[in-house]
Amino acid sequence: MTTKYETHEHDVLIIGAGGAGLRAAIEALAKGASVGVVCKSLLGKAHTVMAEGGIAAAMANVDAADNWCTHFRDTMRGGKMLNNWRMAQLHAQESPDRVRELEQWGALFDRTDDGRILQRAFGGHTFKRLCHVGDRTGLEMIRTLQDRGVSLGFDVYMECAVTRLLIDAGRIIGAFGYWREHGRFVVFKAKSVVIATGGIGKAWRITSNSWEYTGDGMSLACEAGAELMDMEFVQFHPTGMVWPPGVQGILVTEAVRGEGGILRNKLNERFMEKYDPKKMELSTRDVVARAIYTEVREGRGTEHGGAYLDISHKPAEYVKRKLPSMYHQFRELADVDITKGPMEVGPTCHYMMGGIRVNPETAACTLPGLFAAGEAAAGLHGSNRLGGNSLSDLLVFGCRAGRGAAQYANDHPAPSLDSTQIEQAEREMVAPFERTGGESPYAIHHDLQETMQNLVGIYRNEEDLKEALTELGSLKDRVARCHVAGSRLFNPGWHLARDLCSMLLVSEAVTRSALARQESRGAHSRIDFPDLDAAWGKKNNVIIRDGDSLTLRASPVPEIPADLKQILAEDS
Amino acid sequence: MTEAILHVFRGTNEAGGTAEYRVPIAPGMVVLDALHYVQSHLAPDLAVRWNCKAGRCGSCSAEVNGRPRLTCKTRMDTLALEKPVTILPMKAFPVIKDLVTDVSWNYSVNKKIPAFEPRAGVEWKMSQQDLDRVQEFRKCIECFLCQNVCHVLRDHHKKEQFGGPRFFVRVAALEMHPLDGRNRAALLKEELGIGLCNITKCCTEVCPEEIRITDNAIIPLKERVVDRFYDPLVMLVRKVRGAKD
Repeated sequence: MTTKYETHEHDVLIIGAGGAGLRAAIEALAKGASVGVVCKSLLGKAHTVMAEGGIAAAMANVDAADNWCTHFRDTMRGGKMLNNWRMAQLHAQESPDRVRELEQWGALFDRTDDGRILQRAFGGHTFKRLCHVGDRTGLEMIRTLQDRGVSLGFDVYMECAVTRLLIDAGRIIGAFGYWREHGRFVVFKAKSVVIATGGIGKAWRITSNSWEYTGDGMSLACEAGAELMDMEFVQFHPTGMVWPPGVQGILVTEAVRGEGGILRNKLNERFMEKYDPKKMELSTRDVVARAIYTEVREGRGTEHGGAYLDISHKPAEYVKRKLPSMYHQFRELADVDITKGPMEVGPTCHYMMGGIRVNPETAACTLPGLFAAGEAAAGLHGSNRLGGNSLSDLLVFGCRAGRGAAQYANDHPAPSLDSTQIEQAEREMVAPFERTGGESPYAIHHDLQETMQNLVGIYRNEEDLKEALTELGSLKDRVARCHVAGSRLFNPGWHLARDLCSMLLVSEAVTRSALARQESRGAHSRIDFPDLDAAWGKKNNVIIRDGDSLTLRASPVPEIPADLKQILAEDS
Repeated sequence: MTEAILHVFRGTNEAGGTAEYRVPIAPGMVVLDALHYVQSHLAPDLAVRWNCKAGRCGSCSAEVNGRPRLTCKTRMDTLALEKPVTILPMKAFPVIKDLVTDVSWNYSVNKKIPAFEPRAGVEWKMSQQDLDRVQEFRKCIECFLCQNVCHVLRDHHKKEQFGGPRFFVRVAALEMHPLDGRNRAALLKEELGIGLCNITKCCTEVCPEEIRITDNAIIPLKERVVDRFYDPLVMLVRKVRGAKD
């Protein structure tokens, strides 16, 4: 059987080569495992490069009073207490060490006057906490991890996509996929698998996410029987570009506000005074996104339907030094000089707080042998993520997932592969070529994005969500009939046809969870249930596959221990 | 509605030619938007690499009207639209399909470069002034446009002997890291063939990150190689002492 397919064998297989995947790979290598990393793009191009503002870590280099307790409290409050407390604790405690480690592997962060890592202010963080490199922190992080991994010697399978996890006797035994380049199939045999595939933003029309963000890992895990959690919590970043149309959704870093940027409406009012007079522009992302959305809806938006974000009161040289990418992005794509005038910004689908349910200590999923970290995993951020907590999440839980997966691989014998699953996975993949008459996957993707944008956006209500579920059902039928033209040689239409299956699964999980949660909390805002509901504050929504459909159940939020409750009660 | 005519390379390394597509123009549209329009409306199997669409990842390199560019940062309204816009894959690398080229050679060169290794017992403090020049190199997004235009690679095909500007930038970042303890002069001379660069500055010209590759990376590295291997005084001392290199 194995002679028919190109087959690679590793102790640990990591799917995804962004910050979480690479950090997991480095850790698993350090524990002596043989490691393979599979990624849909070229190495170093993962969405982590788009992270701009910084890595949140309570290093207290700038504000000496900062410590893990305050970071923990900020994270829990930002997530409206729906976070997994243990993940929030580990994250706050371990992120400074993970940042120092990056520096020891060659990363060069901006410096304080006395030569230490400089930290900047960000929304929802009590202290100046974000370690950064101008506005290209993600690039620095991914390059550092990439170089480290290469020097330690991992095997990277670039431009290779996994379409199915292979299971035997209730545990993971590997994965099946295809090479994007020539379309040939490939089998990975592994004792454990780490999912680090990032988010799901490509299901929305206005998004800061790249083509890769199609929810593959969450969908693979769910299909294999693992649980998804908190899927209703999709973060709309308050500031994406709104004009010209081609750049709509591209991220404008929160660092603009961190460095003193001011939001105004077309009447020149500093409208954040109405929504969060204390934190103003540095309120949490859910609040700022809703504020901009509301200003626009009530007729106070800018010419192109956004808000003005202005940093031009700062010296031009300072803006160019601290926000070089923003300066170039607006100059080249929008003909705006941000040192002289305001940017136009509006909300853009940016980040998934929910994802695969994991054990906080080991990042293990509910399916034995499967691990998940980073945006693909749920728990740390609760109902809303603070800016800067994503990069630290990737490092802290990427590291833990790598360790967990290496340990599992060490404790379990090598599995043997089962040819029927592989043959079925192959049949699924070639089917779109064999069908005739169906429509192009691009048309279906367009309609999916419209559905999610219009019906499952920043503000939701029961009617819209029910309509979205019906619409998703018919999109599923259309995908099952879609036709792909051309050959298997580097064929984006074919790749999209597969990615649509993942996007539809996660979209349904988001919509079902959003419909169930009859309250407004963090990034989930229900017009028909505008308030926080204490009873819902004790529940996480969990999605599991049941045959061909998804079912939802509520799971109690783990009880917070007394000493941490004490920390949460303190005033910062 | 205004329309642009694109002539896009379709094919593989063995066979191919340009195909014509008509694309409606929207305000602020970039070449990558036009290619996406072709994919979603006219040719769903058109192969194009892209990720961030914001000039941050360096995936979407191609040659637009003969100029190597990131297609996500090339505005359609900066091109002469009365004539067809020609979009070809990077010339220095073998074509896989359409605009996607095989850039794997770059990854194999990268593997030859020893990673950062701090000097023993360093204190992890650095001044921003010392970092400024290194951070310039760290801006590199690995779009490989500099590799594509370098005549040593593009015209003379010296991929066996020469590392190319991207990897001189990487070595410069390591060599000028204030706390790095390694010396990569021999690597530059022997494995990466820095002597083959005759500083025509084509790389600097196309860099979308505006890294001054030739002036700030390559020339200082050449000086290091000269100091290490060709300093007459040092050579004399070595000869007298009988040292091997």
